[in-house]
Amino acid sequence: MKIKSNSLILDPVDLKILEALMEDARQTYTMIGKRLGIAHSTVYDRIKRMEEHGIIKKYTTLIDREKAGAKCITAVMTIYTDPKESEKIAEKLCEYPQICEVYTSLSEELQIIAKIMAEDQESLHEFIAKFIAPLQGVLRIRTSIITKKFKETIPPLVNNNNAGESALAVKSDKRR
Amino acid sequence: MDTEKIEVLKTVPRDKAFYFFTSIGNYTGRSAASLEEFLQIVGDVNVKSLEFHLYRGDFEKWLNEVFGVQELAEELRKLRMSNLSGEQLRSYIYSILESYLKRLKEHGAQH
Repeated sequence: MKIKSNSLILDPVDLKILEALMEDARQTYTMIGKRLGIAHSTVYDRIKRMEEHGIIKKYTTLIDREKAGAKCITAVMTIYTDPKESEKIAEKLCEYPQICEVYTSLSEELQIIAKIMAEDQESLHEFIAKFIAPLQGVLRIRTSIITKKFKETIPPLVNNNNAGESALAVKSDKRR
Repeated sequence: MDTEKIEVLKTVPRDKAFYFFTSIGNYTGRSAASLEEFLQIVGDVNVKSLEFHLYRGDFEKWLNEVFGVQELAEELRKLRMSNLSGEQLRSYIYSILESYLKRLKEHGAQH
């Protein structure tokens, strides 16, 4: 394993550890070690190092909100912006707890794509009208309400056919 | 110009402006911060936006809450009962607003 400045070169073992964690982050070091045929102390060391480099950002729980009884709708907003203001708008959107993902995209016009959750259609509209449309530089907004979720997973880090053959360099974010 | 009239013809801050949507969450990019600007936008905004807001009662709510113009709000509420749509709806809303503003400028606030 080589460390170059703030980059950590991941080897096939690291990638397999990450995939095991992505599948089930509650597995113990021993369970992962047994599965990969390595010592649990090796698993521990590598996980710690990946945490320190920000490759592992956090451990979280995927909840089925419907089964949990939460009244909720999800929508994807495409916000067309004045390029001069887009950065500020994206940062502002990140401040709202209702907005769970924010991305910028360069196409014909500068766009921000954001995923938003609300209790119902009326509160979704109210929120967009009150807090997003008035932001300086918002040109127009297209919102699509998600009606049915067919899949929600995180893709594996490497194609299984190539797994273990090539190392992956990941830049770590020290600002955690 | 008397105080009431100035109040109705005022320009409100951005957070109190009216934002025109065509449906839930779909913002047209047009907003009105005064009655005159409102009239101007009613004249050329996507007509779907007028249908969306009129039948939700958004116009009445904004006119009442921000400008306190109950008479005008009431006229728009009555228009809601007519079930008009498209360009015909636009021209009715426009003429109601236009004549209200005209009366206001000529004779002072009428609410």
